Amino acid sequence: MNTAAAIDPRHAAGQRLRERLFRAATFVAALLVLMLLGGVALSLLHGAWPALAHFKLRFLTSEVWNPVTDQFGALAAVYGTVVTSLIALAIAIPVSFGIAIFLTELAPVWLKRPVGIAIELLAAVPSIIYGIWGLFVLAPILQRHVQPWLIDTIGPLPIVGKLFQGPPFGIGILTAGIVLAVMVVPFISAVTRDVFETVPDVLKESGYGLGATTWEVIWQVVVPYARTGMIGGIMLGLGRALGETMAVTIVIGNAHRIGSSLLAPGTTISAAIANEFTEAVGDLYTSSLVALGALLFLITFSVIAAARFMLLRLERRALSSV
Amino acid sequence: MNLRRFQRALWATLGALAGAGAVQAADISGAGATFPYPIYSKWADAYKQQTGIGLNYQSIGSGGGIKQIKAKTVTFGASDMPLKPEDLKEAGLVQFPMIIGGVVPVVNLKGVQPGQMVLNGATVASIYMGEITKWNDVRIQRLNPKLALPATTIAPIYRSDGSGTNFLFSHYLSQVSPKFKETIGENTSVQWPVGIGAKGNEGVANMTAQTDGAIGYVEYAYAKQIKMTYCDLVNSAGKTVAPSGESFQAAASNADWSHAQNYYLILTDQPGAASWPITGASFILVYGTPPDVAATGEALKFFDWAYRNGAKMAADLDYVPLPDSLIRLIRATWKADIRGVPAMASASDTKRM
Repeated sequence: MNTAAAIDPRHAAGQRLRERLFRAATFVAALLVLMLLGGVALSLLHGAWPALAHFKLRFLTSEVWNPVTDQFGALAAVYGTVVTSLIALAIAIPVSFGIAIFLTELAPVWLKRPVGIAIELLAAVPSIIYGIWGLFVLAPILQRHVQPWLIDTIGPLPIVGKLFQGPPFGIGILTAGIVLAVMVVPFISAVTRDVFETVPDVLKESGYGLGATTWEVIWQVVVPYARTGMIGGIMLGLGRALGETMAVTIVIGNAHRIGSSLLAPGTTISAAIANEFTEAVGDLYTSSLVALGALLFLITFSVIAAARFMLLRLERRALSSV
Repeated sequence: MNLRRFQRALWATLGALAGAGAVQAADISGAGATFPYPIYSKWADAYKQQTGIGLNYQSIGSGGGIKQIKAKTVTFGASDMPLKPEDLKEAGLVQFPMIIGGVVPVVNLKGVQPGQMVLNGATVASIYMGEITKWNDVRIQRLNPKLALPATTIAPIYRSDGSGTNFLFSHYLSQVSPKFKETIGENTSVQWPVGIGAKGNEGVANMTAQTDGAIGYVEYAYAKQIKMTYCDLVNSAGKTVAPSGESFQAAASNADWSHAQNYYLILTDQPGAASWPITGASFILVYGTPPDVAATGEALKFFDWAYRNGAKMAADLDYVPLPDSLIRLIRATWKADIRGVPAMASASDTKRM
């Protein structure tokens, strides 16, 4: 009875208007993201066009990067970007999963919080700090102790040996990969820990109830349940590794070359842009750097697209198996 | 309502930004080379105290400076690499040198003290081309009969970012080694066939200090202030010289500025027994027919003031002021080539006496 009287038509109209405005505002915000993304892609393509039109496919297949003769090819930078990220993932994935499993399943309760907070703090360290740590702490250790050992023991082996030859400079592709690994571990392990925690206790308890060991419960109950989330965490880490600029620039050795050895200096797309953009004189040079940026955009985009696709397939399979 | 509030905030922000722009308009605006940035800002501080006019100098790099002046967003551009006369003509720009500095090879080799090692251009070029790979190579040993050189592998370190330092160094090596000129060439960044790239003078300095057997090249001020193991060089007259303000100035004085069109002169490998071979000037670019005559006039007043009063400050920061004869030439250039700007140059010449 009272409620009918309380609805004042003017008040209702105002509310509707407010509702509509709010909806419009959120829509504009969402649209803004799409427009930004489209704008970035368009302006990258526009800036890259002179270089792409001039070099055509050679831009992708050549490792020559010579500002003096105006010859530019992206292969060395793409190679460095991909290889450093792969090294980073190869190290970070097992370590992160170890951290996540320990924290959710094995750690005593009093240890869980401090370690968890420490990981989150690691994720907040600015990348320049990691770069300087890589140069001043990690590189000398690698140069004096690790790399000579790698060169002496793995270097003479056939095939694999090729990856560990040459003088030990302390910096290079491998060092950049290790620094990147340290940088992405917090991301992957934080996400993985969170998804492990979503595994219902009932599932785990039934596993234990059936007489499964901790090992069996983790591998046959927890990991399958959390698989999609784990892939998401890895992709987040990969995204960061692909685009990381400052730390990599400091430790990679900045050489537009593809060495057969992982100890050799190399470069990545973002490092090349950071190094050379300010002093790039000439339209072709500038345009080639923008084209590098466009390539990085494309690589990151396809990584994320591939991850989405994988997640989708996993979800579908999970649904069909239910 | 949210939207409206947002709009109001947006307009307020824009208004504030516009206001800030208007306040700064009285300052001289310039952009470009990073190498002279410390001395430009020191001069600017002193100039502001005397005249109340500030300098807004963005040290974004020579390439950026050239782009900014061509886009007319700044009153002057600054470049470590002089523009070629035909490029200047096309853009309608006038260029003149402002300050001189030098590039110094540095090494990290056990038992070698600063100034002990002597190198020449051909040897340094061979090292950076990967032809000399060990420190006890006979070509290095011949220049250093007194040093006991180890069989350590040479780790050449180079500047990975485009820079005037790179330009001077590669220009010098191109002067003294035809093969270097042919295979690598000169530029603010080049494709080095061997070695490790480090970012900035500080990057090269750290990498050299850290890598056993390294050789690198840095601005003189850098090598001096952090006491690096610098090398002496054999110059074009066949004399061994140490890097110093005097040897840079010798290179600048011996250079033939009066015959260099638009001051297009790079001071590497200059004649003279005392000349340091890797010396270079940093240049200023302004429009011959300025879009804003008053602003360009203010900028020239600042440069004129710096020529007259800046020598001591430059020397304190291990830069080398221009020789007097060169400054006179530059004043004449201002008078002849920059239209619409009051002839403050001749007035200051008389004040000087």
